Amino acid sequence: MGILTVKGVNKRFGGLQALGDVNLDVAENTCHAIIGPNGAGKSTLLNVLVGKLIPDSGSVVFDGQSVLGRQPHEINQMGISRVFQTPEIFADLTVMENMLIPCFAKRDGAFRMHAIQSVRHEGDMIAKAEEMLDEVGMLDKREMTASSMSRGDKRRLEMAMCLVQEPRLLLLDEPTAGMARADTENTIELLKTIRREKGITMAIIEHDMNVVFSLAERITVLAQGTPLVEDIPDNIKGHPKVREAYLGEAQV
Amino acid sequence: MDQIIVQILNGLDKGSAYALIALGLTLIFGTLGVVNFAHGALFMLGAFCAVILSKILNISREVLVEGETDFLGNPLMRDVPVVYDWFGEAAGAAIIDWNVPLAILFSIPIMIGVGFAMERGLIKHFYKRPHADQILVTFGLAIVLAEVIKYFFGANPIQTPAPAAFTGSLDFGVWLGFDPLTIMYPYWRLVYFFFSALIIAGVFAFLQFTTFGMVVRAGMADRETVQMLGIDIDKRFTFMFGLAAAVAGLAGVMYAPIVAPNYHMGMDFLVLSFVVVVVGGMGSLPGAVAAGFLLGILESFASMPVVVDILPGINQIIIYLVAIIILLTRPRGLMGRKGVMED
Amino acid sequence: MTDQTNPSVTTAAPSPRPRAASGGFLGLTKRDSTLMLIVFALVVLAPFILNPFPEGSAMAQFNAGYPDLMQRFVIFGIFAIGFNILFGLTGYLSFGHAAFLGVGSYAAIWSMKLVTLNVIPGILFAIVVAGLFSLVVGFVSLRRSGIYFSILTLAFAQMMFAMAYSVLTPITGGETGLQIKNTDTPLFGGPTDGSIGRANLFGAEMGNSYELALGNWLFTFNLGYYIAAVFMLIAFYLSIRVFRSPFGMMLRAVKSNQQRMNYTGLTPKRYTLWAFIISGMYAGLAGGLMVAMDTQVGPERMFWTASGEVVIMTILGGAGTLMGPILGAGFIKYMENIISKINKDILHEWFAFMPDGLEDVMVSLVYPFIGKGWHLTLGIMFMLVVIFLPGGLVEGGQRIAAKFRRNKTAGDN
Repeated sequence: MGILTVKGVNKRFGGLQALGDVNLDVAENTCHAIIGPNGAGKSTLLNVLVGKLIPDSGSVVFDGQSVLGRQPHEINQMGISRVFQTPEIFADLTVMENMLIPCFAKRDGAFRMHAIQSVRHEGDMIAKAEEMLDEVGMLDKREMTASSMSRGDKRRLEMAMCLVQEPRLLLLDEPTAGMARADTENTIELLKTIRREKGITMAIIEHDMNVVFSLAERITVLAQGTPLVEDIPDNIKGHPKVREAYLGEAQV
Repeated sequence: MDQIIVQILNGLDKGSAYALIALGLTLIFGTLGVVNFAHGALFMLGAFCAVILSKILNISREVLVEGETDFLGNPLMRDVPVVYDWFGEAAGAAIIDWNVPLAILFSIPIMIGVGFAMERGLIKHFYKRPHADQILVTFGLAIVLAEVIKYFFGANPIQTPAPAAFTGSLDFGVWLGFDPLTIMYPYWRLVYFFFSALIIAGVFAFLQFTTFGMVVRAGMADRETVQMLGIDIDKRFTFMFGLAAAVAGLAGVMYAPIVAPNYHMGMDFLVLSFVVVVVGGMGSLPGAVAAGFLLGILESFASMPVVVDILPGINQIIIYLVAIIILLTRPRGLMGRKGVMED
Repeated sequence: MTDQTNPSVTTAAPSPRPRAASGGFLGLTKRDSTLMLIVFALVVLAPFILNPFPEGSAMAQFNAGYPDLMQRFVIFGIFAIGFNILFGLTGYLSFGHAAFLGVGSYAAIWSMKLVTLNVIPGILFAIVVAGLFSLVVGFVSLRRSGIYFSILTLAFAQMMFAMAYSVLTPITGGETGLQIKNTDTPLFGGPTDGSIGRANLFGAEMGNSYELALGNWLFTFNLGYYIAAVFMLIAFYLSIRVFRSPFGMMLRAVKSNQQRMNYTGLTPKRYTLWAFIISGMYAGLAGGLMVAMDTQVGPERMFWTASGEVVIMTILGGAGTLMGPILGAGFIKYMENIISKINKDILHEWFAFMPDGLEDVMVSLVYPFIGKGWHLTLGIMFMLVVIFLPGGLVEGGQRIAAKFRRNKTAGDN
């Protein structure tokens, strides 16, 4: 029994069966990749996991609790953080403030009327944020406005914002999409380090096979809304069904 | 029964004005994606076109009246409008009398010009900025336009009567078999209703049946695609702004006999017409028209004594109440598309 | 934008113990303390500062140091400071905040009519009632965002105005509004001789003034003004604390990216609702103070253009900055009360040194923009600020200051 268990999830948009009987089991302390051709239902699945979509049937259990019907912020408070395809950060705020917000969210919960105490006096939180920034190598940028940074740095910041919450599960939605080669390499390195040093469970949705095979310890292949195979990377590489799914797409 | 007909009729002229303003607002919003808080000011400018024309037509020269003196014994001077000299006294008087309908012709080029200037000079710099900025800058413009008018025409309403031929009321009830004098409807309001119906039909026909209209409708649906097709949509959008301004202006010109033009009438109508647009559905032209008439009629029903006795004050708040309920239960309005403007 | 909106949060060393605010007081940074001191000095010395010209001189018409106007400066300052907490931080543009000011006014006057002529309970009551109203209106309006939110607040406010004007006449006095009458018998200590009761603070009347004549100058120190000023200083101080707090940071996060907030485990709507309520309470305080100073209220102060005015004040001064709303409120109230009184004769006096023809030209050029035309100037300035200076007058001032500094360093080299 993994930390995240998806059982028999169906989701239909009008006539389109986006997800059909999806089962998935993400074991604790692994990196689990979900791959599949375009339109395989990867993003739909992700949106179900974070509470943005409610499936028509099935169950999603995280750490013994159902996530279905919960708001995204509740699911985050349960311990799931999400990295977006295009970095979602607080663009008008400084890097340091971007880091402090998740720190406060972790400590104070979804809402706290914390209107008189000055941020300056939150020494613990500042220390925590700086430590995390240091880990991702951005401490020198802490006073920069987030919007003025490069895309690679924004991605880095977003990951730091998720990691500083010490999530039990980190969801990554194509973390290297649209990135330059160097940035992609950096991101892979960063994720590897995080995996190695923090032992955070990751579920990653990715197109880039290079990324998938460098990171994943287990892979689920999704096609037309249904899981085809689930196995370790070495077995996925030459799997005939997987090849068919991808080649099938190429022929269309 | 007769009461109901009276209320529907009463609602029609106000509803026509709402519908015309909301139509213009929606044209601008749908094509350009701009929230124009200065649209009420365009309505007001239209009404003042009628005032300006009447001032022009009444430009007079002094003429000595032969053989008469005033009470001090001085020679009596009389003002004679210049148009009398040009067209003769009878025709001249008729022209002055028909000032408001004539102002329609007078106002169209002016309003289109104002619309062009507004779009080129101000609005086009705001396409990429947040809606809040658009609201603010056009709100500022509305203040400026109102103040300019106030400077030239003063703060008091200026009576601008309809042609004498339309001053009476139509005994509408007799037509329908009611007793005489039960359902009276002023001629001019009837004219206003038909006039707006005509304009609304015109705008729709224009969008429906011309190539230009087709491109604009396509642009309303998906701006980027049309741009990729290589059609110079911006120029057409400028024209749309001029058209919207003209529609608002015409609504104002013809409204001048109903409510004497004053500098703040734009602000008065603005809030209501925004409510109309929201109820109709942001970006939906039929929605704007339908909601305009619907709310106009609803408002006049709410002011019936019977209704006011049961729910005091309902006539004052009905429109806002409807708007709040619609916004909360059906955010896209009666006919709008989903997700428009939900930042 | 500037360091006003982005407080330097890392100036404190990452030590777990909060350092004593270095050089500041009341828990403020040195910089904020300076700002607080400046505002304190301006407010306390306002009777001097606003009366720079001797009585009877040609320039005396520019003196703004009379109690009535000074009270308005600080009261509208409070209103705008509160509005800025909502609009400046979260970016939610409410077009209905005057309704809360009106509600506060009605609450305060009823407190004075029924309970006591002492202003303090009235003002507190005003804050509470306005807070409750803004809770309801905010809760409903915040189910939508963007322009829909603006229109919902506008619709609510117009509805409240219309009801105060008509149906609720027994409570609001309808069109004529409410005043304190000689028939009012407050529970505690009303006048017994049949005279009209006056607002007071434990017996000291709001209208009490002390006049100080120094040479040709006359300075008026009014009790009502100083009471309003104390409230304003507290309101300003609290707004600094809010800006610098985690809560304030969350509000700026609302403006920046609500999606990220949701996925960070936060509820942007609840934060925004509280910002809405706080700004509603500020409006209520302003409304209560208005009644305390001038014991009457009418529905027109709830009309949507009154809401538009506070929007203009905040943005003209600088939305999202601390000083902006105060500057904006002061600027507009000065124009409304002083500049609006300049007429053609006064202009002719000013330009009298010019040759006759030129004098007339100048007068006719300037006249449309001042005196009764001050709204025109205001509208134009407002547009210019929205187009070119998103940070308002505060940003303008900073740009000029920066330019001077640059020139100076260039000169030094």
